[in-house]
Amino acid sequence: MNLTRVKIRELRKSLDSKEIGAAELCGEYFKRIEAVDPELLSYITVTKEKALKDAENAQKLIDEGKSTALTGIPLAIKDNICIDGVRTTCASKMLENFVPPYNATVIEKLNVEGYVLLGRTSMDEFAMGGSNQTSAFAKTKNPYDLGRVPGGSSGGSAAAVSASLAPAALGSDTGGSIRQPSSFCGVTGIKPTYGRVSRYGLVAFASSLDQIGPICSDAHDCAIMLNAICGHDRHDATSARVDTPDFTEKLGQPINGMKIALPKEFYAEGVDDAVKTAVMDAARELEKQGAVLVDCSMPGLKYAIPAYYLIACAEAASNLSRFDGIKYGFRGEGRTFEELIRDSRSRGFGEEVKRRILLGNYALSSGYYDAYYKKALALKQEIIRQYNQIFERADVILTPTAPTPAYKIGSQDNDPVKMYQADICTVTVNIAKLPGVSTTCGYTEDGLPVGMSIIGKRFDEQTILQCADAFEQGFSPVAPKL
Amino acid sequence: MSAYFPTMGLEIHAELLTRSKVFCTCSAEFGGTPNSRCCPVCSGLPGTLPVLNQKAVEYIIKAGYVMNCDISRFTKWDRKNYFYPDLPKAYQISQMPRPVCLSGTVNINVNGEDKVIRINRIHLEEDAGKLVHDDVNRISLADYNRCGVPLIEIVTEPDFHSADEVIAFIEKIKLLLQYAGICDCKMEQGSIRCDVNISIAPKGSDELGTRTELKNLNSLKAIARAIEVEIERQEELLESGERVIQQTRRFNEQLGETTAMRSKEDAHDYRYFPDPDIPPIIFTEEELDEIKRSIPELPEQRVARYVDEYGIKKADADIIVGDKRVCDFFDAAIAQYDNPKAIANYIIGELMRRINLGEADMDALKFGGAEFAQLVEFMQTDKISQANAKTVLREMIDKGGSPKDIADRDDLWIKEDNDLLAKVVDEIIANNPKPVEQYKSGDQKVFGFFMGQANKALKGAASPKAIQEYIRKKLSE
Repeated sequence: MNLTRVKIRELRKSLDSKEIGAAELCGEYFKRIEAVDPELLSYITVTKEKALKDAENAQKLIDEGKSTALTGIPLAIKDNICIDGVRTTCASKMLENFVPPYNATVIEKLNVEGYVLLGRTSMDEFAMGGSNQTSAFAKTKNPYDLGRVPGGSSGGSAAAVSASLAPAALGSDTGGSIRQPSSFCGVTGIKPTYGRVSRYGLVAFASSLDQIGPICSDAHDCAIMLNAICGHDRHDATSARVDTPDFTEKLGQPINGMKIALPKEFYAEGVDDAVKTAVMDAARELEKQGAVLVDCSMPGLKYAIPAYYLIACAEAASNLSRFDGIKYGFRGEGRTFEELIRDSRSRGFGEEVKRRILLGNYALSSGYYDAYYKKALALKQEIIRQYNQIFERADVILTPTAPTPAYKIGSQDNDPVKMYQADICTVTVNIAKLPGVSTTCGYTEDGLPVGMSIIGKRFDEQTILQCADAFEQGFSPVAPKL
Repeated sequence: MSAYFPTMGLEIHAELLTRSKVFCTCSAEFGGTPNSRCCPVCSGLPGTLPVLNQKAVEYIIKAGYVMNCDISRFTKWDRKNYFYPDLPKAYQISQMPRPVCLSGTVNINVNGEDKVIRINRIHLEEDAGKLVHDDVNRISLADYNRCGVPLIEIVTEPDFHSADEVIAFIEKIKLLLQYAGICDCKMEQGSIRCDVNISIAPKGSDELGTRTELKNLNSLKAIARAIEVEIERQEELLESGERVIQQTRRFNEQLGETTAMRSKEDAHDYRYFPDPDIPPIIFTEEELDEIKRSIPELPEQRVARYVDEYGIKKADADIIVGDKRVCDFFDAAIAQYDNPKAIANYIIGELMRRINLGEADMDALKFGGAEFAQLVEFMQTDKISQANAKTVLREMIDKGGSPKDIADRDDLWIKEDNDLLAKVVDEIIANNPKPVEQYKSGDQKVFGFFMGQANKALKGAASPKAIQEYIRKKLSE
């Protein structure tokens, strides 16, 4: 079977028509993982044994005619989403041997569907980074150029889907961690509205920004995945009590008259010309389909990076305090509690994680709180206000997903501030709790994918998926040769 | 006379009587096998999220109402960050700038004088676990059963100037919380705990001195004693020209002294910030009104009702209401036998006397108010003598059982045996010519002597009324 960028809905047909069995299908993926992943390093853990059990269970459902959208579909899950009995490392030495005794809510939902777990995909340690190079276990490479980064923090999920080592995957997005690697790896990924998908069981990075979402071959598959994982959850007080529509419903509907805003600050200095050109070409393609392009401005964008990093790091500093070596995870040495915890955290966490914990604790310290954290919260309100203003005149917003295509491994290692700046196009979406989908809109001369992001109103994933799908219908993606 | 006067403020932690914990569904009950009452949420496993127990919110609002607080229409939760092995998330979910309750008042009475204590705030937070130190193997073990048990922290203004006031306040708070069904207030189990902030200043001074905070106070006795020794310590410091250092001090009950735990300089920076996992709550007037209406009768109202409706003396009503267990017992008794005065008298005069003597334990009575009421009814209706009633009560205290069964078994009923009565009284009168003489010459006091003799000899075979009538009749012959 040719697995290259095969769609979930194609696999559904093959499984339901018994063209292929669930066990055979995941077996095909394992073969490909064994062949490709030693070099690509997209997985931290491959769960072959569990997959066979999952497949057996799925096959039963299929045979009984009880299959639903994801029954028997093999999926890769980012290594920060807890799965009962399956090692969940967050790509950190701190959780190298952590096996959760519970499922994340999204996993419970996938279990109901009868999905098949292929394995746990690599990521930046605790989802902190945009390159997958802070992973303690698998520094994933870009499938289009093994010398380049896959993006991050869901770089393993994006690379696996890109290289057809999984038809779809779950990632998480705190400041662009689904969209940016989707862009770098030439696939489609959606960060749902904050509250759309339960965070229960997602190891928290920044609780007010984190959101789980799918990474797939296209927008249609993203809609199918989102249908399966969304919904209010009584275990997550921040999950929204809103209706859950069928996200595939608007796919294929013409985008005639859809107003697409292009905030000029997203196309300003610092964004590669190749990226600008590709996104603008895509905008004109959408215009050809009947969309109306709207010029607009988001002056608050220049404060987005400091506001984002203050909020995210403050929450992270608190969220990651529980990793003290006492209850689970990496345990260092020490005669007293203080010594033990200092050693555990010094050796268990990587440099980037420690940098952000320090930054976050500094911002929350007495005497600095007002100057940093409180100001960041004010900026957050300002960014929300500016988005609301734009959405008074537009249905969706179109921006580049990242200022550059995938960069060379090691090229940004010594400049954290520059690395943080690269998140400029994605972080405001998390700050404003909006949904955003990234899809490939072109390739550079070197054949590297360029992604564009379509941002929607809160809980209007339907429209951004409709828009992304409309573009994809007239676009021919190029899969990497691996 | 001391040249200084003390000023104190309290921080009282009370565990709420909710069935489950404040952010998960684990049991909030006291005790249990270590780590048997915890789950991924309250033991802080990664990825888990807290979900606020609405019952706990209801309880703190009730607490606010019974202490006459303003209830915030908008309230939210914050994280208090610090590392300690009994705190698995390394932060405590608490409330900083927006507590549920603000600025209340509580009336106390100290040695006959009324006083108003101002409440600064009451907020809702989670309790931490417990560490058990194994000195033999030189290890410490963590028990997370208590992690996430809902707590309210009541912070008073510095309105106390004596240990008596502090004790009276805590006793009042205990009563209010017990009657409102918010907390069982078992100090020995730590379900209510109190820290005392204390400073002294020269008499006549407008300014407060430097304060210390006393911790580890496990009983009212310990609180009173700790305040006393801390005032002495601070006075000695000031008298010898030294300064009081702002610090937290632990009271050692055995040694009767306070020792420094940590000073202001090494105080934690808790890096409070709003907890992003718990959305703020906005209360509507309707919600608050409904909670307010659900508050049961409070001690002061209850005393007034007992006095007005039942005609019980205020002092007696105070005694009964002063202990919720006794009061519940009283209510059960009057539901069985509608004679509140007689029941109140027998509770105070007999049951509480036995309890005070250590013969009975209110927490482990083998009978209920209904059985007790039956006994009182038997006495009131001359079915059983007072002396025999005491015997029955003793049996009930020792072994339980119904008063009827006990009286049947041990033959303790009044039999109205007129023949026996006549025989016994005639004999007494015949054998005591001198008191008879005295009575006949107008000394009514000796009548009691005859009653006593007759009661003793008859052992409850006749009712007091019958005995009295017969003696009177014989003596006037």
